[in-house]
Amino acid sequence: MKELALHILDIAQNSIRANATLVEIEIEDNLNDNRYQISIIDDGTGMDEDTIQKAIDPFYTSRTTRKVGLGLSMFKQNAEMCDGTFDVKSKLGEGSKVTATFIHNHLDRPVLGDIAGVVLMLVYANPELDFIYRHSTNNGEYIFNTWEVKEQLGEVPINTPEVKRYLEEMIRENLVEIGSNN
Amino acid sequence: MAKVKSLADLKKIKDEVQSKMKLRENSEQPEKMVQVKVAMATCGIASGAKETMNYMIEEFDHQSIEAVVTQTGCMGYCYAEPTIEVTLPGKEPVVFGHVDKKKAQEVIETYVKKGELIDGVIPVNYKTIDE
Repeated sequence: MKELALHILDIAQNSIRANATLVEIEIEDNLNDNRYQISIIDDGTGMDEDTIQKAIDPFYTSRTTRKVGLGLSMFKQNAEMCDGTFDVKSKLGEGSKVTATFIHNHLDRPVLGDIAGVVLMLVYANPELDFIYRHSTNNGEYIFNTWEVKEQLGEVPINTPEVKRYLEEMIRENLVEIGSNN
Repeated sequence: MAKVKSLADLKKIKDEVQSKMKLRENSEQPEKMVQVKVAMATCGIASGAKETMNYMIEEFDHQSIEAVVTQTGCMGYCYAEPTIEVTLPGKEPVVFGHVDKKKAQEVIETYVKKGELIDGVIPVNYKTIDE
């Protein structure tokens, strides 16, 4: 994956397959501590200890359509290539949390990329789920919450192209406001 | 400096969509609309499925074609990603492979609008995607 945002899109798909109702994406964009940390947290079915161990194995997948599962392993590889760390926490029946920590100024750290596009793609394709996206920098924090958006929209569905365009722009502008780094 | 967009201003968009929705008579009956599923697993995402899906959403909106664009998992055709499944009203689903923006445009112009098949169909003996 060329962008961290694409990893986020990918890992969030795992959450959706695990029947999550709420997916949280957290980015700690911390230049002071030279840390770029991404977490994807869901309230899906979760995994037992044994499955967590297997999950990062590229030759393990819960799918039947193919024999490899590269999503988590590629994210892990990317983090470790940048002297970062990778961690999966999960509990059956409670959900999962995937955290990848990068050295902010590491030469090999992929750019964040089109995070607004990724968040809105998830929202558009899964209107019945809720998503929270938190992005914190040393200058402030921005929180996007679909629950609030849906409240504003009332009966208008969240998955309409007009709403998608507007919300994408809104996230982009707010990220500029808090001085987010790519 | 221009004001940063906020949720409070979403109302304008809401009103706009509401007036448009009245014109979209089939929006309550998805089976009467064109249905597109974009395969969005690791293989699809790495091959650009996000751009394909965005393009289809924008293009259907631009051309005022009533369509539902959603995502699905891996269909097992990782070699041909990005793949999409298109279901025209009253027809069997058809899967297209290697759908970049250019191919997506061809799918819309030729298959969706005229009903003619094009190169790049993945012949399958399945009924529909389970997941």
